[in-house]
Amino acid sequence: MSDLINASLRELSAALDAKQVSSVELSTLFLDRIEKLNPAINAFVTLDRARTLAQAAEMDARRAAGEKSPLLGIPLGHKDIFCTEGWLTTCGSKMLHNFVSPYDATVVTKLKQAGVVTLGKLNMDEFAMGSSNETSYFGPVKNPWDTKRVPGGSSGGSAAAIAARLAPAVTGTDTGGSIRQPASLCGLTGLKPTYGVVSRYGMIAFASSLDQAGPMAKSAEDCALLLNGMAGFDARDSTSLQRESEDYTRDLAKPLNGLRIGLPKEFFGEGMSDDVRAVVEAALDQYRKLGATTVDITLPNSGLSVPAYYVIAPAEASSNLSRFDGVRYGYRAPEYANLDDMYSKSRAQGFGSEVKRRILIGTYVLSHGYYDAYYLQAQKIRRLIAADFVEAFKSCDVIMGPASPDTAFAFGEKSGDPVKMYLSDIYTISTNLAGLPGMSIPAGFSDKAGSKLPVGLQIIGNYFEEAKMLNVAHQYQLATNWHTQMPEGI
Amino acid sequence: MKWEVVIGLETHAQLQTKSKIFCGASTAFGAEPNTQADAVSLALPGVLPVLNREAVVCAIKFGLAIGAKITERSVFARKNYFYPDLPKGYQISQMDLPVVVGGTITINVDGNEKAVSLTRAHLEEDAGKSLHEDFHGKSGIDLNRAGTPLLEIVTEPDMRSAAEAVAYARKLHELVQWIGICDGNMQEGSFRCDANVSVRRPGEPYGTRREIKNLNSFRFLEQAINYEVQWQINELEEGRKIQQATVLFDPDTGETRTMRTKEDAHDYRYFPDPDLLPVEITDAWKAEVQAAMPELPQAMHQRFTSEYGLSAYDADIITSSREMAQYFLDTVAITGAANAKLCANWIQGDLAARLNKEDKAIADAPISPAQLAGIVQRIVDNTISNKIGKDVFEVLWNGEGSDADAVIEAKGWKQITDTGAIEAIIDEVLAANPKSVEEFRAGKDKAFNALVGQAMKATKGKANPQQVNDLLKKKLAG
Repeated sequence: MSDLINASLRELSAALDAKQVSSVELSTLFLDRIEKLNPAINAFVTLDRARTLAQAAEMDARRAAGEKSPLLGIPLGHKDIFCTEGWLTTCGSKMLHNFVSPYDATVVTKLKQAGVVTLGKLNMDEFAMGSSNETSYFGPVKNPWDTKRVPGGSSGGSAAAIAARLAPAVTGTDTGGSIRQPASLCGLTGLKPTYGVVSRYGMIAFASSLDQAGPMAKSAEDCALLLNGMAGFDARDSTSLQRESEDYTRDLAKPLNGLRIGLPKEFFGEGMSDDVRAVVEAALDQYRKLGATTVDITLPNSGLSVPAYYVIAPAEASSNLSRFDGVRYGYRAPEYANLDDMYSKSRAQGFGSEVKRRILIGTYVLSHGYYDAYYLQAQKIRRLIAADFVEAFKSCDVIMGPASPDTAFAFGEKSGDPVKMYLSDIYTISTNLAGLPGMSIPAGFSDKAGSKLPVGLQIIGNYFEEAKMLNVAHQYQLATNWHTQMPEGI
Repeated sequence: MKWEVVIGLETHAQLQTKSKIFCGASTAFGAEPNTQADAVSLALPGVLPVLNREAVVCAIKFGLAIGAKITERSVFARKNYFYPDLPKGYQISQMDLPVVVGGTITINVDGNEKAVSLTRAHLEEDAGKSLHEDFHGKSGIDLNRAGTPLLEIVTEPDMRSAAEAVAYARKLHELVQWIGICDGNMQEGSFRCDANVSVRRPGEPYGTRREIKNLNSFRFLEQAINYEVQWQINELEEGRKIQQATVLFDPDTGETRTMRTKEDAHDYRYFPDPDLLPVEITDAWKAEVQAAMPELPQAMHQRFTSEYGLSAYDADIITSSREMAQYFLDTVAITGAANAKLCANWIQGDLAARLNKEDKAIADAPISPAQLAGIVQRIVDNTISNKIGKDVFEVLWNGEGSDADAVIEAKGWKQITDTGAIEAIIDEVLAANPKSVEEFRAGKDKAFNALVGQAMKATKGKANPQQVNDLLKKKLAG
């Protein structure tokens, strides 16, 4: 059975097709593993064995009825930001600790249609605000590579679940790096698609113009299969793009001869730790061996991405989170004197401190007299950052660099200093501001801290070039085995 | 020295779309609380707005009707504030780039025409309702109305009296119904006005304004403005300053009272809604909407006075609703333009009075334009008198005949126009009423009318009144 734990989605699908295992058995295998290991990792926040197994039985019946699909019967975990009908959907917050969604997010619906079974809901930073999973109301997720360290965030539960082999694949969301940074820190493959490729309907909004859902799994091939099930136009999301559906696995086998890799000088300067630098450099050498060439490029405004992001994202969040007012659902303070008191107590008690910090920042930058200086200015910077990428892609096919400046850090190491924490997304934020696709793949390890810690390589593609990025990642994974390694003792 | 009154109006017209502005829930009025509140209306976590194209069509129609500029790329913005009936904690509205910019509406007060300039008209969603009846000691929230599309129509401070403000509001009320974008039902809140009122000495800059909220009848609009104006003048004359404020009108006392002042005004923190793309309105789309527009009241008014010879006053009344104008056109189509004036008289006279008495809309009139045209034609060709016409109208109204000719025939109401026959009747009347004849000869004109009345009575009203008059005069003179 342990080979099923490490199997790829294609292998699992083949085993299901060959009746070597049923979806109920496969789901049970993972549920048992979660039961045993989750208390130490805290990746899953909600489990419902009966519901999961009922779904698995349904998928087995579909397969018995002749249906064939690469994801049919595959169990998977959903980040708890996706509304899932009949399941608690908490977004990592006390505010929604009791919220059972009456509907499915489009991503959840699409994956159900593709045959996926829901294993459970995955821990995350509260309302996706954080880079360490320390802001979750349900407690931090532990990094399976070293449980004294953070898994990254906000999709920390998703990343840890893959690293600990608690699920073959999971969903994540990325507003400023929330798929790529935890993928880097936990040693897995994660992809944030082009803004608009995956529907945001039913995905609890953090910053609407930046949020994008994507797959997280062991390999690029698994991510491609999962993205096939997630992507597509949705009439219920006005920012969803009306494009022909595509098969993201179509280019996986292409050789990389002639691939031009852009290396932004801004990503290779100060700030990156030496161990991360060594791994990234080695990965680039590997790419040269695979036939790629590297080109020096510049993204002159990328230094402004963190400040611009921390104006735009909180601004949108301050408004998006207004609906959590204690009136219709979610947390309401038990005692209050009047309406205003009900609002302020419910929100003061229901939200954690990082969420409140961002609501305050967002409220401030949108206020009369500050809007022009902050919000409009940040929007201008955002356009400049996007223009930098357009210019850069004239001389390269993909851009590479580190996904995170450092390996997994210890609990408490950055949580006392918000700015330090915000800087852990310094290499990922600019792609969200530009709306570009980005991914992180395992590229090696660092053992400077006394434990073996994964390092991710970031690949940024041009708009809608997910298939190419997955090809670039897959070819590397054919030549290396970083992505197949799992933490010891798990 | 006199005070000059300055008024600007903001009107919320509820748009007649089947579904809400950002989701598929129904907009029908009067359903059980929260039965028309879907996931989007409830603002559940994760839901997103999708713009209802019909609401934009309504806004374009309005813009075209008032000669405004239609913004090519208009933007929705979030207006942030907390209130229990505002489920998202923000209202989706428009700020910097509304769909409609400029335009004018012409009003007529005491024969004086005046063009009121519009600042803008923008699309937005309505909020829900707080129900303060007792729900186990708590207030209830009904979100059926949340997300209903509104067009907020804002004027420049162009009006100088309550009468002008009411004239504008009425004209706007007629127009939005005419072009079919709003049902105009003021009781149900489909059309409600906020009035910005200030006073100043003529020639001086604008005074500080106070905004009277949520006026849902023309009478309240007039009363509220008049009260507010008098209150402001008193304040100023007693040396106090006006504070910018939002006030409410109490119909029971006829007074306005302060709801909030500028100090506790909200900072709405408007910003473009990232969930919605800008609305692109192309020339082709505008042309498509234009092609489907009905002839506008002003154009019809023009046509009715020039082609049909109606007075401006008559044309005003006939064009006060699209249904009445259409009824008139349908009637005239049968009688011919030469009789348009008579048709107009009947429609705004007997028909309007009867409709009013029975509280019926002209669309539900039991008498059709063809039936009314039949009456008019028989009057014109002297088959019946105007007075008998009223009797025919009554019969047709009650559904007791198919058309005027059939009623005249069945009732034997054909007018007597045979001179010999009328003369014979007059002779009889004169012989039977020597006293009246004597009085007439003594100079009492009233006696003449009594004799006419007798003659008409003798013919059961069927004699041609003009002929009776003429012949009677001749006889008495002779």
